[in-house]
Amino acid sequence: MTLKNKLSRQWHNKKHFLDHTIFFTMVSIFLGLVIGAIVLAVVGFNPFEAYWIIIKGVFSRPKYIVYTIIKAVPIIVTGYSVAFAFRTGLFNIGAEGQFLIGSITAALAGYFLHLPIVIHALTVFLLAVMAAALWGGLAGYLKARFGVHEVISTIMLNWIALYLNNYLVMLPSVKRPHAEASWNILDTARIDLFGAWKVSEAGMAWRLEHPFFHDILQPEINLGIFVAGLLGILTAFVLNKTTLGYELRAVGFNKDAAEQGGINVKKNFVVAMAIAGGLAGAAGALNVLGVARESVNLANMEGYGFDGITVALIGSNTSIGCFFSGLFFGALKYSGAKLQSTLGAPKEIISIVMGTILFFVAMPKLIQLLRSMRSQKKKETTGV
Amino acid sequence: MLSDIGFILGTTLMYATPLIYAAVGAAISENSGVVNIGLEGMMYMGAFVGATLGHFTGNPWIGFMAAGLAGGLLAYLHGIACVSFKADHVVSGIAINFIGLGLALFLCRIFFNGATMTIPLNLAKKIPRPLNGLFPANSFLDSVFNQYATVYLAFIIVFGAWVLLYKTRIGLRIRAVGEHPKAADTMGINVYFVRYLAVVLSGVLAGFGGAAMSIAVVSRFNPTLISGHGFIALAAMIFGKWTPQGALLACLLFGSAKGFEIFLGASKIGISSQILALLPYIITIIALIGFVGKAVAPAADGVPYEKEQ
Repeated sequence: MTLKNKLSRQWHNKKHFLDHTIFFTMVSIFLGLVIGAIVLAVVGFNPFEAYWIIIKGVFSRPKYIVYTIIKAVPIIVTGYSVAFAFRTGLFNIGAEGQFLIGSITAALAGYFLHLPIVIHALTVFLLAVMAAALWGGLAGYLKARFGVHEVISTIMLNWIALYLNNYLVMLPSVKRPHAEASWNILDTARIDLFGAWKVSEAGMAWRLEHPFFHDILQPEINLGIFVAGLLGILTAFVLNKTTLGYELRAVGFNKDAAEQGGINVKKNFVVAMAIAGGLAGAAGALNVLGVARESVNLANMEGYGFDGITVALIGSNTSIGCFFSGLFFGALKYSGAKLQSTLGAPKEIISIVMGTILFFVAMPKLIQLLRSMRSQKKKETTGV
Repeated sequence: MLSDIGFILGTTLMYATPLIYAAVGAAISENSGVVNIGLEGMMYMGAFVGATLGHFTGNPWIGFMAAGLAGGLLAYLHGIACVSFKADHVVSGIAINFIGLGLALFLCRIFFNGATMTIPLNLAKKIPRPLNGLFPANSFLDSVFNQYATVYLAFIIVFGAWVLLYKTRIGLRIRAVGEHPKAADTMGINVYFVRYLAVVLSGVLAGFGGAAMSIAVVSRFNPTLISGHGFIALAAMIFGKWTPQGALLACLLFGSAKGFEIFLGASKIGISSQILALLPYIITIIALIGFVGKAVAPAADGVPYEKEQ
């Protein structure tokens, strides 16, 4: 079968494939929550109480939902980055470092450039994406030119990005006095919504009359989630509807066959890693422009890239999947912290639950087996 | 000058040791065809269990052994997914990382009153230094060879793994299963059993590596103790072309870059500590470009094997 046939068959089976994937993911999430409940019960916490706290922690007030979304945006977008690379046959462990390159670029350009509002934010965003694309593309280049495995190079580049970030943040002209952080970005570069208005006198007066919006406006509400949605659509479009995307997927599908078919595999390594890097950089930029407004001196990795791997895998490497699994993970991360303050249960239960979900996602065969066992039982009991 | 070299060599050995355990384990697992990207989680569990049992029993070796057991158990889970249920090895490995880190911190909070650090072990409760006092203090030999027992054990284990993989029947089977499982199966080798064995062994070693960190290099478990060492060990294994001896050299290279970094940092030569901290990673990349060439994984590495009915 030719590659083209294979890809088109894959396309025709897409609906079937999607139904299956969603089913398996849902069962995995259910099983993950069950195992999490068992772990909690074993050490003496009431799992129902714990899960109720998590649910309330996300939905009981409008501002909690906003906080959840804010927490989810960076990992949704690093999820796209990892997913994009996976679809092209590459494993981007480097989203962590690309995120940092994006965020430090945004912090620097957001402070040192002086541009009008909107143009400033756009320029900063594009610069951050380009810097991170170069960072990601470097890993692709090392693979294409020297055969360096992208897993090793991106792991190393993560640490290089971390220390580079620290070096830049601590430079005398960049470092803010009395803080281990850079200067805050200028207001013209920010992408928050109603930022100045909501703390103005008129704004405060209006908010007092509208408690619902007052609540929503408390968090650092910003454009991040909308940009994340657009990036998801754009990524899916490039991957599924363009020649470039077709080539990239063909390389991911079968490298040798793609090469036979006249696709420049090496060029595609570089392009795929650059796009993946750019996406992770976009996540870093959104975080700085919308929420953090600064880059800080980091003692350790923050985990945005690693969470992105989980988001991508649970989202079965599609944009829409990443969007929802990112929201789900973001909700657990945000609300899981409340477990500790209200119930005294370790918040790390969230990592255990996410890991377990992923563990079941990894083995659809197990779920198939469970299903066939159940249907067999049914047959036996009904005597068929 | 000589004492400086001694300092660098000593630091090299100390830093490389936890990596060596994990990387050698990974080499065994990957030779059998199971990609083990879950080293990080296994090291975390090992580090926590080692420090905790070391604290409660007062015997570091019980802690060390238990750490191996904990790593092995996590690896067994990885085996169930990858070998029995044909899971994607990378996905399962990432899951193991989350579970290992999560479980270690979760249990730590349970056992230590909500803290994410274990209680520090005093010197008597840590892994002993067998050659302590043999050489004059701060001499060249002292700074190189006055190491924790785990350092020497790591070298023995590398040798053992080399013998196992290349000089024994079971090693031949491990490699056969990783190169061509179908042929191995035809020859009557139990592919599943061999893969389980290799992956569990790699978990045990990763657990040892975690404990070598928590009860030898430092004296307690803390939430950022491993922070990426599992991934660096994985990189070292690939860098070492999927062999135990290659992995050892890669870990030593990485350790020596770390040793240089610390030496230069202490020598006040006016280079920013952040830039120095970059060195080990840049050296690794340059080494990969310049001296290593293209490495090839075992043919069936990461490919689930399905026995024909």
